[in-house]
Amino acid sequence: MIETRNTILKICALALCCSSCGGIHNALNPTGPQAQNLSRLWWLFFIVCSVVFVIVMIALLLSLRNRTTEPPVALPPLVEPPREQERKRRNVVISSITITVIILFVFLIASYSAGRSMTAELAHKNGLNIELTGHQWWWEVRYNDVDASNIFTTANEIHVPVGVPVTFSLKAADVIHSFWVPNLAGKKDLIPGKINTIWLQADKPGVYRGQCAEYCGFQHARMALWIVAEPQEQFNAWRQNQTQTSVTPASDSQKRGQQVFLTSTCVMCHAINGTPAGSNIGPNLTHVGSRNMIAAATLVNTRDHLAQWIKDSQQFKPGNRMPQNNLSDADLQSLVDYLQSLK
Amino acid sequence: MFKKQFHAKSQRDRKDAKKDLCALVKSLRLCVNLLIPCLVFFAACKREQRQFSSPPSNFKAYDVTMSDIHPGSPGLPQPVENPSDQRAFDTNEGKRLFTQYNCSGCHFNGGGGIGPPLMDEKWIYGENPENIYSTIVEGRPNGMPSFRQKIPDSQVRQLAAYVRSMSGQLRKDVEPTRNDDMNARRSEQRTARETPRRSSPPPQ
Repeated sequence: MIETRNTILKICALALCCSSCGGIHNALNPTGPQAQNLSRLWWLFFIVCSVVFVIVMIALLLSLRNRTTEPPVALPPLVEPPREQERKRRNVVISSITITVIILFVFLIASYSAGRSMTAELAHKNGLNIELTGHQWWWEVRYNDVDASNIFTTANEIHVPVGVPVTFSLKAADVIHSFWVPNLAGKKDLIPGKINTIWLQADKPGVYRGQCAEYCGFQHARMALWIVAEPQEQFNAWRQNQTQTSVTPASDSQKRGQQVFLTSTCVMCHAINGTPAGSNIGPNLTHVGSRNMIAAATLVNTRDHLAQWIKDSQQFKPGNRMPQNNLSDADLQSLVDYLQSLK
Repeated sequence: MFKKQFHAKSQRDRKDAKKDLCALVKSLRLCVNLLIPCLVFFAACKREQRQFSSPPSNFKAYDVTMSDIHPGSPGLPQPVENPSDQRAFDTNEGKRLFTQYNCSGCHFNGGGGIGPPLMDEKWIYGENPENIYSTIVEGRPNGMPSFRQKIPDSQVRQLAAYVRSMSGQLRKDVEPTRNDDMNARRSEQRTARETPRRSSPPPQ
């Protein structure tokens, strides 16, 4: 019985160890040069500190075992310790201090150079430029371009081409947020009234999860984003689609949905390019049907989730800025039809 | 025997006893001094429960009176209470929505511009919560648009509460405090309470 329990415990421990090696939200699973720098630094600190800890513990145990058991005499004889022993002890102390200082300097240099490499090439990066604005509690993403017709705005899902450095200009609309995609780079704060920059690069295609890393209110924990790294051609196709205005509703239900959108509370906060809706308070919904997640990477973008979110978003993210909407069932279904068609 | 001993002892220790009493009073006073801030501190924890989903409310915008003249029985209809008037969270949300829905585009920060001022004592369409509610929902001549179906009921209530706080009509502890950025005027909390009076719209 005890054996089985031990086996289960061992398996659990092993699973825990393995779980830290993969995943889409993991600093120890680096997929870009920035994250690799940080992860190298982390492993250096971890290994050196572990070795030092083990050595110190062994020294402690040895000295505990070899301690003298003789009772202390009232007046110890004032004699010089043997010269040989004295020299030996002094050497041990001096060499441990030297090793400690060397280790600390190695750490200092390693951490300084890792920090430098995070920003050093920033000025030379000439790839993609994305403007990221933090809102309570979602991310506004604006792709900048020299050609104004290629500029577009989306939310919470950032597509990037694989192997291309992407520079982010970080802004905040209300309070301080922090942009953190552990698999790709370190953290950088989004500060109101200040533009911070960070660059990152994804070396492997895949989806990486990001998260606000600076407490910013009720729904800070559910303020996530996705970075979708894809090959250049796929990215170009996605970008081409995003620069288009929204599709015109085809079916009757979608047409009605559009009318519901334009005549109800939706239009006060959201924009759909190609329609009169142009408010920038909430996420831009021009291509909401093409996104994988809604509500800042909180819910999978399914029909049910979308309908429930519109009707009462407060049940998923209490305190978020989207009010409850008292739409009739038919109107709600048409609205969801329309939003899902916005690919 | 015991009594005698006690008596002797008490005589001897009378001074000490007095000292002890003084010390006791002092320590009691200290306890009370510590206890009161503690009580205040814990009382503050339960000031208000934030409500994110709008609870059903019987607050309706019917029976709105625009003037003192009205048909029927004597006496004005009783004013309806806006639940948002009692909640600090709601008035602060109202303040945020006031900018978000661009009320400040015409009313500015309450001082008025294109629209009438909201921080003074004059009310063209009534100063009661239900009057403000119906002004927002129905719109008014010469510029005030109707926000019917555009702003959810719960948010209109929050806006109405905030509009009343601009002239200091609410409790001081629920009115919004100073802005994070530069203040255009004194915070709502520091605004002196105006005595509302009916006013006719300015001549065209």
